[in-house]
Amino acid sequence: MKPPAKMSKPTSLFVIFFSLFIMSEAVFEDQVGKFDWRQQYVGKTLFAHFDSHSQSSNKLFLATDKNIFASFNSRTGDLLWRHVDKVGPEGTIDILVLHGQDALMVVGGGRLLRSWDTNMGGLNWEAVLDTGSFQAACFVAIQDTVKHVAVLKKAAISLHYLTNGHQKWVENLPDSDTVQYQAVYSGGEVEVYVLGVVPNSHLTIIAYSLEDGEIIKQRSVEAPWLSSVESSCVVIGQGVLMCVDPATLALYTLPIQAEEAPQFNQILLQVTPVQPRLEVSLGFQPVLVSSQPHPARSPISEFFLQLGPDHHVLLQLNADGYTIAALRDFQPAFLVSFATTGEKTVAVVMTPKNETLYVHAFLKKDDSVDYRVLVQTQDHALTFIQQPGRVVWTREEALADVVTMEMVDLPLTGTQAELEGEFGKKADGLFPMVLKRLSSQVILLQAWLAHLWKLFYEARKPHGQVKNEVTIETLSRDEFNLQKMMVMVTASGKLFGIDSKSGSILWKHYLENVQPNAVFKLIVQRTTAHFPHPPQCTLLIKDKDTGLASLHVFNPIFGRKSHIAPPALPRPILQSLLLPVIDQDYAKVLLLVDDQYKVTAFPSTKNVLQQLQEMASSIFFYLIRSDQGNLSGFRLRKDLSTERIWEVVLPTEVQKIVAVNGKRPNEHVHSQGRVMGDRSVLYKYLNPNLLAVVTESTDAHPERAFVGVFLVDGVTGRIIHEAVQRKARGPVHFVHSENWVVYEYWNTKSRRNEFSVLELFEGTELYNSTVFSSLDRPHLPQVLQQTYIFPSPITTMEATLTEKGITSRHLLVGLPSGAILSLPKMFLDPRRPEVVTEHSREENLIPYAPEMPIRTEWFINYNQTVARVKGIYTAPSGLESTCLVVAYGLDIYQTRVYPSKQFDVLKDDYDYVLISSVLFALFFATMISKRLAQVKLLNRAWR
Amino acid sequence: MASVPRSFLLLSIIPTILILCADFACCNTGRKTGDGLDTDFSGFSVPLEHSFEVDDVSRFRMRGALQLRGGRETSVSLSQSQLSEEDRKTLKEVAAVDGLYKIRVPRVSLTDRQTERQMDGYLTAFVRACSLVESHLSDVITLHTDVSGYLIGVSIVTIPGACRGTEVEDEVDLEAFNTTLTIIAPTNAPQPETALFIERMDIEHEKRGKPQEQKSFFAKYWMYIVPLVLFLMMSGAQDQSGGGAANGGGR
Repeated sequence: MKPPAKMSKPTSLFVIFFSLFIMSEAVFEDQVGKFDWRQQYVGKTLFAHFDSHSQSSNKLFLATDKNIFASFNSRTGDLLWRHVDKVGPEGTIDILVLHGQDALMVVGGGRLLRSWDTNMGGLNWEAVLDTGSFQAACFVAIQDTVKHVAVLKKAAISLHYLTNGHQKWVENLPDSDTVQYQAVYSGGEVEVYVLGVVPNSHLTIIAYSLEDGEIIKQRSVEAPWLSSVESSCVVIGQGVLMCVDPATLALYTLPIQAEEAPQFNQILLQVTPVQPRLEVSLGFQPVLVSSQPHPARSPISEFFLQLGPDHHVLLQLNADGYTIAALRDFQPAFLVSFATTGEKTVAVVMTPKNETLYVHAFLKKDDSVDYRVLVQTQDHALTFIQQPGRVVWTREEALADVVTMEMVDLPLTGTQAELEGEFGKKADGLFPMVLKRLSSQVILLQAWLAHLWKLFYEARKPHGQVKNEVTIETLSRDEFNLQKMMVMVTASGKLFGIDSKSGSILWKHYLENVQPNAVFKLIVQRTTAHFPHPPQCTLLIKDKDTGLASLHVFNPIFGRKSHIAPPALPRPILQSLLLPVIDQDYAKVLLLVDDQYKVTAFPSTKNVLQQLQEMASSIFFYLIRSDQGNLSGFRLRKDLSTERIWEVVLPTEVQKIVAVNGKRPNEHVHSQGRVMGDRSVLYKYLNPNLLAVVTESTDAHPERAFVGVFLVDGVTGRIIHEAVQRKARGPVHFVHSENWVVYEYWNTKSRRNEFSVLELFEGTELYNSTVFSSLDRPHLPQVLQQTYIFPSPITTMEATLTEKGITSRHLLVGLPSGAILSLPKMFLDPRRPEVVTEHSREENLIPYAPEMPIRTEWFINYNQTVARVKGIYTAPSGLESTCLVVAYGLDIYQTRVYPSKQFDVLKDDYDYVLISSVLFALFFATMISKRLAQVKLLNRAWR
Repeated sequence: MASVPRSFLLLSIIPTILILCADFACCNTGRKTGDGLDTDFSGFSVPLEHSFEVDDVSRFRMRGALQLRGGRETSVSLSQSQLSEEDRKTLKEVAAVDGLYKIRVPRVSLTDRQTERQMDGYLTAFVRACSLVESHLSDVITLHTDVSGYLIGVSIVTIPGACRGTEVEDEVDLEAFNTTLTIIAPTNAPQPETALFIERMDIEHEKRGKPQEQKSFFAKYWMYIVPLVLFLMMSGAQDQSGGGAANGGGR
C-alpha cells in the first residue's frame, strides 16, 4: 500500500525519477553478445615462458610493455587471464622468470617482487624490495631443489624464499659507486656469484654464501677491453664466463669459481682452428647466446655466437674449458634460441624475412624432438608455430594501442551498384534506357534465383556445417547500414580493417619506417557512395619532433594502397583541413598548411585548383600554437598563399591551452530550437565554425588554479564566450556538439569531479533563419551554464551521433573501471529548474539536483569492461534510432546504442502471425458482412 | 508545488542565465583628441589602428586612441578622428572588391602597474569592408580580457552585419565612426548549487509535515494482533473447557 500512496502525492521529483527508470534501458540476458563484441589484448611481449610444469599443459605466460602479466591457451591463442598493472614506470615489469608453478616478477624498477600461481593466475605473495634500481634476478638452488630467488640491485643483493617471499638476507655490495654490478649467477652450489665491471678496467667477481650472505671470496680480474657484462658476457658449461670483445674479435673465458688471481684466457676468432673461419660483419657487435635449462645445474656448454645480423654460429666449449669447437654455421638466421626438456636440448634457428624479435622454444617429452615457437614480430603480432612450420594462431597485439579510427560504409553489392549506376548515369536516349532497365532487372532476377537456390541447398545440409563467415569478398552493406568497416590506426603503424559486426580482422597493412612518436590523422576523402570510384582514405603521418609529414592513401575496404601518388611534403605541416569541395572523381579536397603558411591541395588536379581559386575568399582556417598561447586565423588567397586576418593571444604566463575542439562535420541537428513551456521557441546558436578552447592555469595552487573555457569563432576570431571555472584543475575532458559544450574537471577545493554544461541560444528570434554566416551574426548568443557533481573520475567522453539528429543525445563516458556509461544529455541541461513549475514540467525538464547519478543499467558494456579505455568513437547507422559505438583502449568493444530506444524498429518478438491473422480475419469479416448486408438489402427490397 | 510564488521561480532562474558582465563606455566621435584624458593618473592610452587596402596587404594606420582605465572597474573610451576624403574613397573601393577592414590593438595588461605593461605583438580582428560601408561606419568593438587583466582578443562587428550591395551615395555617412566600445572580462562559471538544493529539500520536507513517527510494531499492527491473540486464547480455552464437553456428546 505504501509506495502508491507516495506516488499520488504531488512530489514531482519522484514521478520524474520513476519515469526515468522506465526510460532507461538495459541488456537482457539473451541479448548479451548479440550486437556487441569485445576483444582483449595485452600489448607487445617483453618476456614469454611456456608452462613446462606438466606434460599436457597448454599455457603461455607473457609479460608485456603495457605492464600486463597474462596467460594464453597455446592451442587457441585465447586469453586465459591477465593482470593489468598501473600505467607508467610504476608498473613496468623488469623481469619475469618461471619455475615450476611459480612465476616470479620484479615490478616497477625493482620496487616489488611478486610471485604468481601459474595455474590459476592468483598472487602467491608480494614483497617490497629495498630502494635501488633493478639489475638482475635469478633462481638459486641447493641440492637440486630451487628454494630461493636472488635479486641484484645497483648497490645490494638480497635473497628471498620462494615459498613466502620473506627475505633471507640482504647485503650491500662493496664499492658499488665505482663497480657496476650487472649479473648474478648460481650454478647449484652453495655460492651465489655477482659479476660487476669497472668499464675498461677490471671485472669483479664476488661469491656470497647462500646461508648467511657472507662474502666467501672476492676476485678482481684485469679486463681493459670489457665495458659491460650484461651485453657481452654469458656463463656456459661448468661455470665458465665467456665474453666477447668486438674490438679485437676475441672470445675470453674465465672459470668463475677459480681460486687465486685468475686470468682471462683469450681465443682469437681469426686464428681459431675452427672451420669455416669466423668473421664478424662490419660494424656489428657480436652477441653471445647461452642457456641454463635448470637453476640447479650448470648451463650447457653449447652456445651461439652472432657474427652479423643474419649470421649465427653454434659453438661448443670443450671439456678443457679453454678451446672451442664449431658445431654448425647458420646463415641466414636472424633469431636463435635454446630449449631443453629432460636431457635433451634443441637449438632453434629462425630465418624470417625481416621482422622478428623473440623466439621461445619448447620440447615435448615423447622421445621425439618436438617444438613450438612463439614469435613476436616488429608489427606487434604474436605468432605461435608448431612443428612442421604450421602457424597455429596469430594475435594482433598492435590493437592494444589504437590511436585513431574511422568507420566506413561497406560497398553495395554488385546488383545494388548496378541499380544505383542506372540512376547515376546521364540519360542517353529512351531506347538505351529501357534496355538498361531490362538488363538490370534480369540481373536482379538472377541474383534472387541464386539466393533461393543457395537457401534450398543449405537447408539440406546438416545444421552445424553452414558457415556464415565474413570474408572480404562477401562484404556488402546490409539493409540498415549497421555493419561497417572499422579502419583502425595503431601506434606501431599497423592499419587494420575490422568488420564491425563480428570483429574479425579483414585486412591489415603494416607501414614500415613509422617513427615511434608519430601522430596520425585519418581522413575519409571519398566514401563508398560514389560507386564506380573506390572509397579512399588518407592517413596523415606526422613526426612529432620535426613536424615532417607523409601521406598514405588507401582503400578502406580492402586495405590496398591507392595508386594515386600523394604530394611530396618537404616542409613541416601545421594544419590539415578537409574541404567540402570535391574534385571530378568525388574525392574531397584535403588542404595541408606548411610552416610558411603555404597551402598544398590533395588531390591537386586542374579542376580542384580552379575551384579553390573561385572559393578562395571564403576559405578560412585557424592555427593554434599552444606553446605561445596564440590562436590565429587565415584566409586563402587565389594563388594558394594565405593571409593572417585575426589573432588572439592567451598569455602563457597565466594559462596554457590544453585542448581545442570543433564540431564534427558529419553531425546533423534536426531541431533549430527548443519549445518552451509557454509555447515560445528558444533558438539554438548553431555556429558550425565554433571552437571550444580549454585552458588550464599555470598557477597550480588549489586556491588560485582555474580552468578556462573559451568559445571562439574559427572564421572571425571573435570570442563568443569566455568563462573561468575557479578552483579547478585538469585533466579536462570535453565534448563540443550542437549548441553545447560539456566539460569535466577536478574541483581542487571540494576535491571531487564536476561536470559543467554550457548551452548557447540565439534567443527567441533568429537573426537569419536561412543560412548561418560567421561574418554576419553581430549579436552574441545567450549562454546558460550549470554544474553538477559527478561521483567518479572519467577517462574519456564522446557524444552519440545519429543520422538525422532526431534521436536525443547521450554522452558516452569512459570510466577508469572500464565501464562505459551512457549518460542522457537530459541530465546535463542548464535549464534544469531549481523549482519545478508548470512550464518546466511541460518541457519535461528534470528538477536540478547537484549530484549526477550513475546507474548501473546505464553501463552499455554490462560486464564487458574495457581496460584503460582511451577513446570512444561513435558513428551513425542507417537507422535513426541506432548509433554505433566503439570503445578502444587496451581492449576493443563494439556495440550499438539506442538513446531514444528503438522507435523505428519492430521488436524481435513482434507477433507477425497474430497481427496478420487479425488483419485477415477482419478482412474476411468485412467481406462476409458486406455480402450478408447485400443479401439482407435484396431480401428487404423483394419484400 | 503549484503554490510556489512566481517571483521565486524567476529569481531562481536568473542566476543561471549568465549576464555578461560588460562595462559599457561611451565613445567620442568628434574631432576631440582627448589630450586631457592622458594626464589621468590611472588611465593610459593605446593606439587603435586599422588597415584597408585593395590588395589586401595589411598597412595599419592610426584610427584613434583607446583610453583604458584598469583597476576594480575597468573602463574604456575611444577618441577617434574622422575619415579623410582619401580614406573614404579607398574604403569604398575595398568594399567593392569584397576586401577586409582590419583593426588591431597592442597586447597590454590593464592591471599591471609596472612599466612592462605592453607586450610585443598585436591582437587583430577584421570585418568585411562592405558591411562597414553599408552600416554607415556603425561598428561594435569588443575588447576581451583574461582573469589577470591581459587583453587577449579584440572583435569588431557591424550592425547590421550583412552585405546587401546597397550603394552608399552620401559621402557624409562615411565620415565619422559610430562606435560602441565594450570590454568583457571572463565570467565565473557556476559551482554545483548544493546549498540551494539542500535548502529546497528542507523546505519541501517541512511542507510535507513531519514524517510520521516510526510506530512500534505493535502499534502498527495491533488490529491484526489483538484478534489473533483473542482467537488463540479463545480456541485454547475452548480446548481445555470444551474438551470434556466434546467427549460428553458435543452438540
